[in-house]
Amino acid sequence: MSSIAVSTTINDDDVEFLCQPDETLLDVLRNRLGLMGAKEGCGTGDCGACSTIMDGRVVCSCLVLGAEAQGKTIETIEGLANGAELHPLQRKFIEHAALQCGICTPGFLMAAKALLEANPDPTETEIRFWLAGNLCRCTGYDKIVRAVQDAAAEMRGETA
Amino acid sequence: MRYERPQTIEDATALLANADAKSFLLAGGTDLLVRMQNDDFEADLIVDIKSIAGMGNITETGGGFVIGAGVPCAALSENPALFVAWPGVVEAANLIGSTQIQGRCTMVGNLCNASPAADSVPALVAANARVRVAGPSGQREIAVLDVPTGPGKTSLKKGEIIEAILLPKRDGRAGDAYQRFIPRTEMDIAVVGVGVNLSLDDAGMVQSARVALGAVGPKVILSDKAAEAIIGTKLEESVLDALAAVCSDTSSPIDDKRGTVAFRKQVAGVLARRAAQTAYTRAGEK
Repeated sequence: MSSIAVSTTINDDDVEFLCQPDETLLDVLRNRLGLMGAKEGCGTGDCGACSTIMDGRVVCSCLVLGAEAQGKTIETIEGLANGAELHPLQRKFIEHAALQCGICTPGFLMAAKALLEANPDPTETEIRFWLAGNLCRCTGYDKIVRAVQDAAAEMRGETA
Repeated sequence: MRYERPQTIEDATALLANADAKSFLLAGGTDLLVRMQNDDFEADLIVDIKSIAGMGNITETGGGFVIGAGVPCAALSENPALFVAWPGVVEAANLIGSTQIQGRCTMVGNLCNASPAADSVPALVAANARVRVAGPSGQREIAVLDVPTGPGKTSLKKGEIIEAILLPKRDGRAGDAYQRFIPRTEMDIAVVGVGVNLSLDDAGMVQSARVALGAVGPKVILSDKAAEAIIGTKLEESVLDALAAVCSDTSSPIDDKRGTVAFRKQVAGVLARRAAQTAYTRAGEK
């Protein structure tokens, strides 16, 4: 198989890489670009651990070919914090202990970021439906939902 | 394996027409990439159609809506005119998968994978949607109903690509709805799905109707008898009973881990009743 040259934008950086035609974006991120934040849980789009944002939509990077990243704008967990300053979602996940083992966390954070960009004031039901494609076997989800609600409130400027 | 990203539909059809049997079309990829994970999956060619002009667009024309084959299902509900005209089609497409899947999956993919349980297909058939097919010998238009021929099989010929779904223009008091049954509240495959599309006359009587049943046969079923049961009525209780009975009788499902024959037949009737009521209410509000 011959390699494909791909030019894309990842976390505001212009990135060029070579990949195989059947290589997923997840494998490109992890194995070629050293961006290990996105995790492979199921590899079939069920668990959301590999969630990244592509052209503003949250996607499972295991269900995107590396070649499909050509000309796209991709956001991964590595670009969420602003330098040493954590994103409000990251801070609130820590404050609410919304993680235990942490495997699902990058995916939850990226999915939640996309949610709050689309809907800055989601109801609990809207949060739970939006995040239904992210599986967590540790927390029981409640703490994650609280963290997202709290981060949303802070981002709307409503925090006490 | 080769990955190709043609810029025109002519190039795409030529690639597929000249390829051997192990070639696949890539739109959203939410089914294809899962299949690619299987050890026994083999492909010589993957043709990504998303760079072809118009594939990602929803266009409102004099005749209705043209929805490109690359439009992700999430984009359907973001189009207010489409959502107002065809809420049943949009709600059906939006039931497929998670937020992550919605951002990639397409109605044309749902149709061409030809699962009997495809959620968007009964709603599209009820809506009398058609598809524009491009092929080596030019374009043709066929009804969505005529695309799937059985589980995993379509009537498309070698080299043919569905470019777009065509939804008719919506006038007057008309509404559609889709209901499905799954064992949980999110992210599952339909055990039964029912799409109903109807229009009302000035007196509030059902003037025309189409009722389509999914996951209760090898392909989607369009039931003329079910439509006849509700035309000329105001969906009185006895009419809904008759509709449910017809839909249960028309269903010819299989027994599997998702549901028994008897259960699926009964649920087809229950969902037809509910979908008809929702479509009727929506039509009445216009």
